[in-house]
Amino acid sequence: MSVVLVGISHHQAPVELRERAALDPEHAAELARTLAGNRGEAVCLSTCNRTELYIAEESADEAERKAEAALLALEEQLGPSLYRLRDEAAALHLFRVAAGLDSMVPGEGEILGQVRAAHESGATGPILDRLFRDALHAGRKARTETAIGESPASVSSAAAALAEQVFGDLGGRSVLVIGAGEAGELAIKSLRARGAVIAFVANRTQERAEVLTRRFGGEAIALEDVACNLEHVDVVLSSTASPDWTLERGDVARTLHPRRGRPLFLIDLAVPRDLDPTIHELDGCYLYDIDDLQAVVAETLAGRRREADRAEGIVAHEAERFREWQAALDVVPAIASLRARAEEIREAELERAKLSGAERRAAESVTAAVLNKLLHLPTIRMKQAAAAADGVIYADAVRHLFGLEDER
Amino acid sequence: MAEFLFWPALLAYGEAAFAYYGEARHPGRAGRAATWGVRIGWLVQTALLGVQAARADGFPWSTWAGSLNLFVWFVVGVYLIWGCRPRYRLLGLVVLPLAVVLFALARAGGGTETIGQSDYSNLFLVLHVGLVLAAFAGFTLAAGLSALYLWQERRLKRHERTILSVRAPALAKLDDVAARTIAFALPALTLGIAVGIVRLEDRGGSYDALMAVTALTWAVYAGYLALRHFAGWRGRRAAYLVLAGFALVVIVRLALPVTHFA
Repeated sequence: MSVVLVGISHHQAPVELRERAALDPEHAAELARTLAGNRGEAVCLSTCNRTELYIAEESADEAERKAEAALLALEEQLGPSLYRLRDEAAALHLFRVAAGLDSMVPGEGEILGQVRAAHESGATGPILDRLFRDALHAGRKARTETAIGESPASVSSAAAALAEQVFGDLGGRSVLVIGAGEAGELAIKSLRARGAVIAFVANRTQERAEVLTRRFGGEAIALEDVACNLEHVDVVLSSTASPDWTLERGDVARTLHPRRGRPLFLIDLAVPRDLDPTIHELDGCYLYDIDDLQAVVAETLAGRRREADRAEGIVAHEAERFREWQAALDVVPAIASLRARAEEIREAELERAKLSGAERRAAESVTAAVLNKLLHLPTIRMKQAAAAADGVIYADAVRHLFGLEDER
Repeated sequence: MAEFLFWPALLAYGEAAFAYYGEARHPGRAGRAATWGVRIGWLVQTALLGVQAARADGFPWSTWAGSLNLFVWFVVGVYLIWGCRPRYRLLGLVVLPLAVVLFALARAGGGTETIGQSDYSNLFLVLHVGLVLAAFAGFTLAAGLSALYLWQERRLKRHERTILSVRAPALAKLDDVAARTIAFALPALTLGIAVGIVRLEDRGGSYDALMAVTALTWAVYAGYLALRHFAGWRGRRAAYLVLAGFALVVIVRLALPVTHFA
């Protein structure tokens, strides 16, 4: 059985092509079933960055032809962007994909779920089931044993992660939102995903503020009321188009005493900036503007790339294990035949001996032990040879020596 | 036997100190190796203390070096409460090198040997020395947490790019855990001092410089808790106060014991 991969990804294909080859989960599952047919196996992995078809069949050429045809049926201009990989190379590619090493942002976490979903909806058999299980294992291992997926990769998630550096768990921490821009919305989502609660939303127009409070909760307030509500919040998030400061140093300084040492984390996503930068000098106040956040993200991405080198090692090791397992499949029939033949001889000889009950039990125990000990080393050696690509030669030799040719 | 146990304990603490350094550079396996080093070292040191207690005729840590040995055990023991958590591992960078140095000093002073007998009653020594050392161990940990707080706060104030790459515990957590540690340690110190004063009054004797500095230490930490509770002292100011208190602990532990143990 060979494993074949044919696909396109963000490396070769622009988004205009990828979007035409993208499949929703239902269509991906249907395509996998069609490609698998009655005797094969197929999985379709379709994300915004890639559409890949994995097929396991006796004939690699036939599998490759079917996969190509399926993708070209989606978009005929895909041809030059398609890549084709087989067996070890296909496995290594999938393992890298699952670990996020082939993603636009190294180590991004979403891909692992997408690989899992593709596996679950695919038409898998023993080969692709094992391949995808191992890929998921490799992806998890790369993430747990390296820091490739730990640090945030966007400004909004960096802002939330920095808030956690101040407060720890953000569960129950209250947020004051000033302005209702798109960048602000992403940051609100990141903060809420970590358990923070939107307490107030202030905006130039009351209507827009109310739209946001309906979506994210909290109370809509006027911009003039921001300063007097500072005392009650832990995080301030500002992203207005205002040319003036929405909060000045004095506004924040006045709240320090009533806050009794509680820290205040301020996120300024606006350009021009909304928050007076001297607020950062106040005791217990931490202000991050867009440049500060982008610098942090640049560093975390660089860190992810450094970690990617370590993750590559993990993935290569796991891919090698899969290769060994797949190679061992070539000798499994020979091992099974050998054991079956040995067992058959043992049973026949025991029958011929005409032993009493107790004698038979003792003889069975002894002969089974002898058989196992005798066959243990050849079994191990054949599996080792299979991993080293000599397996077929060994398997043929065993079949010839023990007269197992008829059972092929 | 006690001497035989000293080296593996020191080796395990030393391994942990190096591993914490590795953890700070590349978080992951080094941190786990460090945690296991601390655990194993602490268990071996516990066995060492057990052997000392079994063989001694009386309280075996009444000497300066002996009390240092016990102090290290308390410090590492208290550290183990949080140190096993990944976020607090960096605290090991402060605690473990200190433990290694003090443990080696304890041995150099003969504090890891089995001694004959002490002039003081066992109950008095267990209560007085045990409680004071346990409190000092708590203050040492609180100082480590406060140092980590100041480092992390400085990184946030400087907008350091690596703030999310090399992660430390959150400021609020560090502040809170330091305060809780002191809230547990201060009553122990109060009791330890009270036992000492009762004995001093009972047997007669004079107050020495160590007692005065210990009382000052008590006042600093009591002031810290009072200011925190009544005046809302948190953050940087509170961390500096904890470190000031710890400077007194260092003086009590290292500079003045000669007067007290004499």
